[in-house]
Amino acid sequence: MGRTLAEKVWDDHVVRRAEGEPDLLFIDLHLLHEVTSPQAFDGLRLADRKVRRTDLTIATEDHNTPTLDIDKPIADPVSRVQLETLRANCAEFGVRLHSLGDVEQGVVHVVGPQLGLTQPGTTVVCGDSHTSTHGAFGALAFGIGTSQVEHVLATQTLPMARPKTMAITVEGELPDGVTAKDLILAVIAKIGTGGGQGYVLEYRGSAIRSLSMEARMTVCNMSIEAGARAGMIAPDETTFAYLEGRDHAPKGADWDAAVAYWKTLATDEDAVFDAEVFIDANELTPFVTWGTNPGQGAPLGANVPDPASFEDPQERIAAENALTYMGLTAGTPLREVKVDAVFVGSCTNGRIEDLRAAAAVVEGRRIADGVRMLVVPGSVRVALQAIDEGLDKVFTAAGAEWRHAGCSMCLGMNPDQLAPGERCASTSNRNFEGRQGKGGRTHLVSPQVAAATAVLGHLASPADLSDAPQLVEA
Amino acid sequence: MEKFTSHTGRAVPLRRSNVDTDQIIPAHWLKKVTRNGFEDGLFEAWRKDESFVLNRPERQGATVLIAGPEFGTGSSREHAVWALQNYGFKAVISSRFADIFRGNSLKNGLLTVILPQETVERLWAVVEADPQAEVTVDLEAREVRAEGVNAPFELDENVRWRLLNGLDDISITLQQEADIAAYETGRPAFKPTTTPVG
Ligand code: SF4
Repeated sequence: MGRTLAEKVWDDHVVRRAEGEPDLLFIDLHLLHEVTSPQAFDGLRLADRKVRRTDLTIATEDHNTPTLDIDKPIADPVSRVQLETLRANCAEFGVRLHSLGDVEQGVVHVVGPQLGLTQPGTTVVCGDSHTSTHGAFGALAFGIGTSQVEHVLATQTLPMARPKTMAITVEGELPDGVTAKDLILAVIAKIGTGGGQGYVLEYRGSAIRSLSMEARMTVCNMSIEAGARAGMIAPDETTFAYLEGRDHAPKGADWDAAVAYWKTLATDEDAVFDAEVFIDANELTPFVTWGTNPGQGAPLGANVPDPASFEDPQERIAAENALTYMGLTAGTPLREVKVDAVFVGSCTNGRIEDLRAAAAVVEGRRIADGVRMLVVPGSVRVALQAIDEGLDKVFTAAGAEWRHAGCSMCLGMNPDQLAPGERCASTSNRNFEGRQGKGGRTHLVSPQVAAATAVLGHLASPADLSDAPQLVEA
Repeated sequence: MEKFTSHTGRAVPLRRSNVDTDQIIPAHWLKKVTRNGFEDGLFEAWRKDESFVLNRPERQGATVLIAGPEFGTGSSREHAVWALQNYGFKAVISSRFADIFRGNSLKNGLLTVILPQETVERLWAVVEADPQAEVTVDLEAREVRAEGVNAPFELDENVRWRLLNGLDDISITLQQEADIAAYETGRPAFKPTTTPVG
């Protein structure tokens, strides 16, 4: 019987298989950042162990880093200690680190792919749930906990139980103005935040094939919000074209051997998935979340739902609580929801294509009075590329703030936070209570919707902009 | 992980039930970046009271904690185990432990021993009557001994084997080092490394 993409990559990494035991998997790439690694390094030190494969390990600073005044000492003592600890650990154990101020610094899931380290058919782990991002290349990529980080550092392997597989087939063509973010939000709304539990998702179908690498990363990134262990997309010409020439991509004869191998990874025609979901791309529209988990989303053209309309009592209660926290009234058109802030960035939508999309919307326009818009590139490389294309000027001319690379307002761990009660249209991935700052209210959206929302001051798509005030040139 | 074969030491009688992990180590300690240095956070709130058993001079240097039922309930933080170990405890005796806490403790080499509540009461009586009384937790013989007490206990055979040999998950994987090395030899040359290029 044929095998799926996930099964092929899994099988190629089994170091040891024994009856009644989890498989021992070899890890090709281990990504580190400052938050989940300190106790792992400490564990190594206590047991007098080394990092087995420093040449398969790389670290970057992202969660705690400020996006302003990066040449000044970090003000928050807890953040400073975490960063200093990572620096000391990497120096002591010989791990390559890209610190704040370095040209390769950035959000860990943006840095790995842009260096060409994330490749088809590899296993990638990181002490961070959004490691699923790397699955866009046909890599098997898992988020892991601190004790597992230590395990990988010491052994370059991980004992793991074989996951089940789920096919998410998206056929058709995404309508104009509908993006990968809308697609994945619709998938999560359909299967629920627990729908992917225990599964590796494989996104397939014509709509997925036509996505760029950036867009594929957006989709795989949020697999975790559907509860899945990982998300994957079979590598194809788009993948190869993205990788070719990157720093760590194979060169010469190695490139040919690699491509030949990568081409064997696609799911066999007679392979069987443990579960299947079908989605019609033609029916998708811009999507926004109205609640406090990523599954509480609806088309932008819809109204805030009435909790009473949920049959499941748990969902009804969750919806009631969400509306209270979000300060929303059932029946309000989502387009009438006014925002205080807009955040464009994160490992979901902080890549160059996302910045281009947002810039195209705000170009020649002003963002609405009273709205604060933060644009945060996912990495320094993305920032440099954007500056090269003049995107930073487009944003600042429109009244937005152009910041330094990092996780920024995706989570309340650095100075970029919402004030209590503030409402934000955000291109990030989590809308949990307090995620962007205590009491902050988050609506997850695509970069295009975020930009249109910034211009109009309420949730909106670029299509709503025709009657928006145009900047009059002097 | 240190091997655990048998341990003898003075004990602290903690006559409280439902001691949750928030009491063992309060949340504000979780920002730390190390696995050690949690000893001052252990039972932090209770230790503000001078008469709390851990504060008494005769209990200094004790290494066995004898607690009431449902020890370690609440949040799954592994820091609770680290705090007990950092303080110097080698074993905790109770009639019932919360599952996750027990799993964490055995993974880290802190031996959690389940004894019937009446045995726990007898041990309390012994160590309260004589603070110098020693308690032996013998993993090889699978029994707890103190003056007038000789109590057998049960433990999963695989877990016992790991503790006796001082094997954590990493140690066990490292025993398969030959398999890992063999796998590494067979990896294709085109696989990426993080070694800086150029
Ligand atoms: S950008 Fe957000 S989701 Fe991504 S790694 Fe940073 S904090 Fe996590």
